[in-house]
Amino acid sequence: MDMIFGVPAPLLFGQLVLGLINGAFYAMLSLGLAVIFGLLNIINFTHGAQFMMGAFVAWMLLTYLGIGYWWALLIAPVVVGLSGIVIERLFISRLYKLDHLYGLLLTFGLGLIIEGTFRNLYGSSGLPYRIPPELTGAWDLGFMFLPVYRGWVVIVALLVCLATWLVIEKTPLGATLRAATENAALVQAFGINVPRLVTLTYGAGVGLAALAGVLAAPIYSVNPQMGANFIITVFAVVVIGGMGSILGSIVTGFVLGVVEGLTRVFYPELSSTVVFIIMAIVLLTRPAGLFGRA
Amino acid sequence: MAGPVLEPGQAQEGKPGPFGFTRPQFALFSAMAAFFAAAPFLGLYEVFLAKILCFALFACAFNLLIGYVGLLSFGHAAYFGMGSYVAGHAAKVWGLPPELAILCGGLIGFALGLPFGWLAIRRSGIYFAMITLALAQMVFFFCLQARFTGGEDGIQAIPRGVLFGVVDLGPDRNVYFFVLAVFLAGFLLVHRIVHSPFGQVLKAIRENEPRATSLGYRTDDYKLMAFVLSATLSGIAGGTKAIVFGIATLTDVHWSMSGEVVLMTLLGGLGTVFGPVAGAAIIVTMQNYLAGFGAWVTIVQGAIFVVCVLAFRAGVIGEIGKALKLRL
Repeated sequence: MDMIFGVPAPLLFGQLVLGLINGAFYAMLSLGLAVIFGLLNIINFTHGAQFMMGAFVAWMLLTYLGIGYWWALLIAPVVVGLSGIVIERLFISRLYKLDHLYGLLLTFGLGLIIEGTFRNLYGSSGLPYRIPPELTGAWDLGFMFLPVYRGWVVIVALLVCLATWLVIEKTPLGATLRAATENAALVQAFGINVPRLVTLTYGAGVGLAALAGVLAAPIYSVNPQMGANFIITVFAVVVIGGMGSILGSIVTGFVLGVVEGLTRVFYPELSSTVVFIIMAIVLLTRPAGLFGRA
Repeated sequence: MAGPVLEPGQAQEGKPGPFGFTRPQFALFSAMAAFFAAAPFLGLYEVFLAKILCFALFACAFNLLIGYVGLLSFGHAAYFGMGSYVAGHAAKVWGLPPELAILCGGLIGFALGLPFGWLAIRRSGIYFAMITLALAQMVFFFCLQARFTGGEDGIQAIPRGVLFGVVDLGPDRNVYFFVLAVFLAGFLLVHRIVHSPFGQVLKAIRENEPRATSLGYRTDDYKLMAFVLSATLSGIAGGTKAIVFGIATLTDVHWSMSGEVVLMTLLGGLGTVFGPVAGAAIIVTMQNYLAGFGAWVTIVQGAIFVVCVLAFRAGVIGEIGKALKLRL
């Protein structure tokens, strides 16, 4: 068997892929958080629950309506995004004039309600969601076997992140968005409906989380707690990257996923904490985050 | 946090009384102490009351940070839980008496609070919340893997021991009055800290940090000191909890515990003197009644968060205080 740095090559590459996949989810979730934070100035603690909702909506579509994975990729983000829009209109919009910490407390509470509701309905044990038949099997890359679905997740996540970045940086809509982030009052004075922009942005960020949830459904078992554990690591990712830059949060997400994967190979005891240790180091050297503005 | 946590329009304090209490505060404090002293004789279950007091102390420690410095920590479970584990380990494995075991819990709170606070105060507002949450999650994973915590089982059958070698804490009534003494001491300590010159500087930092800096205060030192005090008291609260219940588990270090202490303080009233106690009493009672209904506890807690934030930001005690034009 081939050895790399004293580690069997298949193990190394396997963990590398797993790290890339985790990184893909970190990137998509922290991207959504960054977009929402940019305009709403709140950190969306409901994000983990909305990620979980995405997976659950996909599962429900399949179980109750017989609608498969491909449609779920489209429908789940829309459904969850719409629920996000309702949440924003009903609750979050009342807090913009208050201290940002109240937004955090509110979204934390909403997350608890959503998680508790799903736990009441579906229990805590995971529900299985099968990989769609088109994406089963594995590619033989010569040095390793790559399960098709895992490759698919990484590619889709990359494309989605890239598309989000393009929309925000290169389109007129994105320009408006960035302008509103800088100075909402001025943008409103130019005749743009900023409150609606804010609502739609929240919906889009939430939809992104739900899309990540659908992608995650076949990999992790679908359960009410799947988001909560993920989102705390994502917060650390956000602190490391800083919320100033979209590209920054994408890169940070992927890199930290890979770092975590490599740690699992070389020093498994630290694999669950390595992201937090990196966060501490970054705080010591660059408190604003790697890509953040002070 | 920019701006005061409490809403304006609160009445000014009257003549200072003992421990920096105003007269109404001192009256309420006496009533509270008398109630808790009499409660076991009124037919209330001691272990339940002791649980309230442990969480009330935890919430008071937390309130020191959010209410008076304006820093929202979302990771206080780390100090509470580690305090619980270390006190449990000290009592069970090292065979230390309860007072020293709890002291060990406070020491670990101090030892963790110092580096974590030092890191976290580099940022403020929501970043501070995220950093403390992430650091606490690191502690959670450590507890999950470390051998002395017993993993998923936790530390069980922690002996209550004999206090100062004299009082056997085995009977529920004895342990309850011990917890009451610890709680009252912690409560008065927090109140004394807040009303000392040190506490006044903390409030100045909360209201306007650049201005406090321009007045020559090293604001970071003050924030760190408040953080460490809060963490130490949380460790003591956790240690006391471990001694009373004889168990220390992963629940104590889980992020949901951090959320619970935020909820207790928010519900009672951020920055009020008696709010954390009232909040802890309400939440623990609610958990007690809803214990058989599975995830409903989580849903109700979430709903309380939402209602408090949208309609009830001053909390129970804060609203009562506003109605009576008193600072409670």
